[in-house]
Amino acid sequence: MKVRKVTAAASVLLALSLTATACGGDDKDDKGSGGGKKITIGIKFDQPGLGQKTPDGKYEGFDVDVATYVAKELGYKEGDIEWKEAKSADRETMLQRGDVDFIAATYSITPEREEKVDFAGPYLLAHQDILVRADDKSIKSPKDLNNKKLCSVAGSTSAQNVKKKLAPKADLQTYGGYSECLTGLQNKVIDALTTDDSILAGYAAQKEFEGKFKLAGFKMTNENYGIGVKKGSDLKKKINDALTKMVKDKAWDETVKKHFGPANYKNEPAPQIGDIVK
Amino acid sequence: MTSVLYDAPGPRAKRRNILYSIGFLVVLAAAAYWVYTKLDEKNQLEWVKWKPFFTDSRPWETYIWPGLENTLTAAAFAMLIALPLGAVFGIARLSDHAWVRWPSGAVVEFFRAIPVLILMVFANAALAEFTDVSSEDRPLYAVVTGLVLYNASVLAEIVRAGILSLPKGQSEAAMAIGLRKGQTMRSVLLPQSVTAMLPAIVSQLVVIVKDTALGGAMLTFSELLASVRPMSAAYGANTIACFTIVALIFVVINFILTTFASWLEGRLRRGKKSTGAVVPVAAVAGTQATGAEH
Amino acid sequence: MFDFLEGYDLWAAFWTTVKLTALSAVGSLIWGTLLAGMRVSPVPLMRGFGTAYVNVVRNIPLTVIIVFTSLGLFQTLNINMGADDFTTINFRLAVFGLTAYTAAFVCEALRSGINTVPVGQAEAARAIGLSFTQVLTLVILPQAFRSVVGPLANVLIALTKNTTVAAAIGVTEAALLMREMIENEAQLILIGAVFAFGYICLTLPTGLILGWVSKKVAVKR
Repeated sequence: MKVRKVTAAASVLLALSLTATACGGDDKDDKGSGGGKKITIGIKFDQPGLGQKTPDGKYEGFDVDVATYVAKELGYKEGDIEWKEAKSADRETMLQRGDVDFIAATYSITPEREEKVDFAGPYLLAHQDILVRADDKSIKSPKDLNNKKLCSVAGSTSAQNVKKKLAPKADLQTYGGYSECLTGLQNKVIDALTTDDSILAGYAAQKEFEGKFKLAGFKMTNENYGIGVKKGSDLKKKINDALTKMVKDKAWDETVKKHFGPANYKNEPAPQIGDIVK
Repeated sequence: MTSVLYDAPGPRAKRRNILYSIGFLVVLAAAAYWVYTKLDEKNQLEWVKWKPFFTDSRPWETYIWPGLENTLTAAAFAMLIALPLGAVFGIARLSDHAWVRWPSGAVVEFFRAIPVLILMVFANAALAEFTDVSSEDRPLYAVVTGLVLYNASVLAEIVRAGILSLPKGQSEAAMAIGLRKGQTMRSVLLPQSVTAMLPAIVSQLVVIVKDTALGGAMLTFSELLASVRPMSAAYGANTIACFTIVALIFVVINFILTTFASWLEGRLRRGKKSTGAVVPVAAVAGTQATGAEH
Repeated sequence: MFDFLEGYDLWAAFWTTVKLTALSAVGSLIWGTLLAGMRVSPVPLMRGFGTAYVNVVRNIPLTVIIVFTSLGLFQTLNINMGADDFTTINFRLAVFGLTAYTAAFVCEALRSGINTVPVGQAEAARAIGLSFTQVLTLVILPQAFRSVVGPLANVLIALTKNTTVAAAIGVTEAALLMREMIENEAQLILIGAVFAFGYICLTLPTGLILGWVSKKVAVKR
């Protein structure tokens, strides 16, 4: 008889949990459409200097500042912004489905992506570069990377670039995230971490790493960071206007200096809207 | 604890055991010391790296707790759906009708043979393509789908093995007093086999909790293990500290789960409903079902 | 229909899976047997170690263990497994991690096997003056192994599937290739089917063959 009770209890629980999720779903819908004056923006949560969730539960970084500025120009206050994590693999889907209004998350403009979404900007020209230990003088040009221990994130284009073009003989370690690479770099089992210089600068600027790492300054590729919007969205023009204004009133320079300055990052001048460097 | 494998130690054996113990302790201590010096040498024991977890509640509130919440949610859903589903399939495989037995057997064997990670990745991609689940909820749905498909099949095998472990006389006696097949199952076989199955079921539940972490590694599901990513990024790549803390949390959760289960098992056994048969926990091994049918 | 497979080395990926499985299986069988020996040994400290090891390792997600082999063993303790290129190092680290994890389950399977050996066997062995090691290796374990072929087969199948986690430290086995293909190609269902089929080809025969073996060698009582 006990079993019957157990089964009954289990089915009640199941039913309860299902209704609970259903309600959860409704709540979110209310917030999305009913609130009216909210804007949802996709950023990275784990990229110091660009988009990082801080221990206080706030968000910090260059992408965050640019997105906040743009949102303000679009008529939203800082409190109206709802931040969502936009992981690299999810970005196109999130835009296509309308889960976010726009995405500023180290989002390079590429022809493949432009088939699926529209880009405003670019708002930053980054390059693939390497991060080495501050006392390491053995890497002077990308060619020196051959026979070196390199690290990057699994599946990233930076990793593929190294293997295919830049230094085919380099020994490449891939991990799930950059933090593991940095631990390896500190532990001296890895010689260089490679990805966009903006991302590297964000790490090197952290107070825990001050003076420990340096950027090599190789401009191995051109990465034009854009703000992704849904295909055909009228936001594109408005965001472009906001970006132009941000560059004009020097807010752009300030925020670049604030987030990348400590890393000695020599940033490219603010790019012209629509001017994509191949 | 007395064992049949060796005699109760006399004075000489006791001395010898102490010597072995000391020798073993020395080896362990040497290994521990070596690990300690190496960690120290690489600055992994620096207080800065560990401080956030002990002096500050923010990393727990911002990164660990939300992750833990997701882990527990996914695990709870997977358990609640997989348990009844597993019971249904397990009983279906024992059906007298071939048209029930065969398809359910095929389903169970199919999902047991495929890595749960692949089920998750596939579920995630399929959900993105064919449904309108929002990208926020999709990883959770995909993780739960993968876990349910796989663990329901494993639980089905446990249920089947549990029922088969009962003496044949039980169902014969039930038949003799005129119970129908459904009644035999409900009032005779299932209640008795539950105690036999319990240890195996619990290790499968532990597997469910652990396997939620696969969703973090491959599916961008923000569970406990995945919380290491933003956390280690915020604290200057203190990866070893972060992973250690998270691993400890997993051990604690699963320890609570197993302790609760052995308490429950003890209670059920005292109720004298058991035949003493047990579906071996070990047989459930890692992420696999019982081997009772082999 | 299957032209999307072009440009991907499916065989190499699955071959890595097979190698990972085979090596870890041998390793975990040895280490698991030693652990089981410790757990039933007369030395209290070894018993304690065996119990602690099994309970801790079983409760940690495999992903954490695999990542730890790379971050802890390789990066911090400088154990490079006798190789100096990442491909080899990571492969060996993955084998090490899978062995450490799977051994806990082998140990538990063996221990339940030891429990199935009738008490009289051990008593008789002790009566003729055999030591603990002799009782275990000559009398108990040979019988225990024969009764746990079935459960061990399940451990082996689980291990085969667990090799997918090696992708976390960059070992290019089948699951990593599948993720790459899903990223790049459009035939979602077909890719899923191909990989599901691949794993079924590996796991189903293992189960069937070892199931047959377990019936063959089972001790009739």
